[in-house]
Amino acid sequence: MEPLDLDLEEGELELPADPMHLNMGPAHPAMHGTVRIVLELSGETIVKADVQIGYLHRGFEKMCERGTWTQVFPYADRLNYVSPMLNNVGYALAVEKLAGLVVPERCQWYRMALGELARLSDHLTCTGAMAMELGAFTPFLWFVKAREMVWDVLEEETGARLTHSFGRVGGMAKPPTPAFKDLVRGILDEILYTVGEGEKMLLKNRIFLDRLENTGVISGPDAIAMGWTGPCLRASGIAYDVRKAHPYLKYDEVEFDVPVGSKGDTLDRFLVRLEEMRQSTRILRQICDKMPDDGPVNCDDPRYVLPEKRDVYTTIEATIQHFKLVMEGAKVPKGEVYSYTEGGNGELGFYLVSDGSGTPYRVRIRPPCFQITNSLSGLIERAMLSDIIPIFGSINMIGGECDH
Amino acid sequence: MSDLVLRKLKDRFGSAVLETHSMCGDETAIVEASRWKEVALFLRDDAELAFNMPIDLCGVDYPERLPRIEVVLHLYSLARRHRVRVKTRVGDEECNGCELDSLISVWPGVDWLEREVFDMSGVRFRGHPDLRRILLYPEFEGHPLRKDYPAQKTQPLIPYRTEAEAGVPLEKLAPFGPDEGMSFGREVWTNGKARRENRGEQ
Repeated sequence: MEPLDLDLEEGELELPADPMHLNMGPAHPAMHGTVRIVLELSGETIVKADVQIGYLHRGFEKMCERGTWTQVFPYADRLNYVSPMLNNVGYALAVEKLAGLVVPERCQWYRMALGELARLSDHLTCTGAMAMELGAFTPFLWFVKAREMVWDVLEEETGARLTHSFGRVGGMAKPPTPAFKDLVRGILDEILYTVGEGEKMLLKNRIFLDRLENTGVISGPDAIAMGWTGPCLRASGIAYDVRKAHPYLKYDEVEFDVPVGSKGDTLDRFLVRLEEMRQSTRILRQICDKMPDDGPVNCDDPRYVLPEKRDVYTTIEATIQHFKLVMEGAKVPKGEVYSYTEGGNGELGFYLVSDGSGTPYRVRIRPPCFQITNSLSGLIERAMLSDIIPIFGSINMIGGECDH
Repeated sequence: MSDLVLRKLKDRFGSAVLETHSMCGDETAIVEASRWKEVALFLRDDAELAFNMPIDLCGVDYPERLPRIEVVLHLYSLARRHRVRVKTRVGDEECNGCELDSLISVWPGVDWLEREVFDMSGVRFRGHPDLRRILLYPEFEGHPLRKDYPAQKTQPLIPYRTEAEAGVPLEKLAPFGPDEGMSFGREVWTNGKARRENRGEQ
């Protein structure tokens, strides 16, 4: 074995003066989703960064033009795969806006409840994964444990843990289970406790704070011009939340606050997400109090909603209706619509064009993290190499959504 | 809000606003492609409109219409809390002349959106500093969101770079050689026989 205390000449130790090129990703442990960042480094400082996405491109928009309107739901699930229910609800609302449908009250509350559960799961994953990438593994496991509770409820309701495909045009696939409210009430305290524990552990950790504070700063006006929405925009001090600014479903009937940050750095984005989880639990409690226990969930509109299975098997009218809806798809009126909801990462928009047939002419999704990832290179330039990890973690890029 | 946005647009641009409608409550204006950037600047800078947030940009293909490709821009004003959809149409039957002014100097956030529209619908944006494909790879042929692109079309395989193209000896590229048992080791892709010989098979 060679001795380690070699006499090295000074010249050999000198770093090269040329900028060094480094390729981060597409498969890097700290890149959730697959994204490639080509970096030009001067020492450890990033001079130039080129963020390349598209590794998870599955042609979502092209695929949607091939099936019926209802067959888009499974694809919508796979956009933001940590909060698929929010995509389901967002897409259902867009088609209903075009068709002029309003779902019954009970369904609106139900959609809200499932959406807030999905938001909890989204924020738990994002904050937990961000802590893990910075070396704090314990809070990640706690947060995933809490997320598991959310998913247990969703599994009980929809039958699937992750890709529920539960939304329908004009309602939901199934009404809430009788135990739904108890299940939700049962997990909220536990989740809040877990979030509190994780927060205590992280926010008293000097290393964690030092890596988050004053990294990836973006000012409010800059964030707006870049098209940021959601928790990342709110961290820059702009209180824009679609649920408050343009209430949909029953968001105008529940009380909640919109947390905003002051500096727009990585720590603010982290804190905003933590606070939003508390607000989500607050909303969920109110939903549990206000949601009616009985009443219809689906619209009474045979043009869009499947008939009861019992009728399908016993009456010819329902059989024909079922057949037409499944084989030809619901005929959505000709026109175009843009509908927006608050997704896990910000404004989740759907721009739909219908030519009056049972198949969408064009489905365009506006994924919130696409534009946030657009600014990533601007955020990490002039920062240190190690700052990429917290900054990238805090913008919560979801590959499926960003790459369509 | 009501029809304020559309009224102001019509007052300012007159016949350059080809069509307007408010279907489902979404204010929509179709403008001439040549005034695209001018309209955008007006929408951003007018104090009553103040559209400061670019929400979305996408292309929609209508092969039976002329001009063929519709570029759809959604805007939002945080201060005024109103929205507008501005559309324009470009390109002939063969999608020649799909060109539009880039709005990147108006809202920097349209950077990737314009790249995406270029990638998916093939609209070129004049003045965009870095108009590359974004979701697909550079060698991809065609623009998949045009209606004449068949959904099941396959793309040709891309050959590995030659040593001359790579500029470095090829064995320097991979961290592991093919015989080192790493599943991700890159073989120099010659032909089946050579690969089998490499693995010591017949």
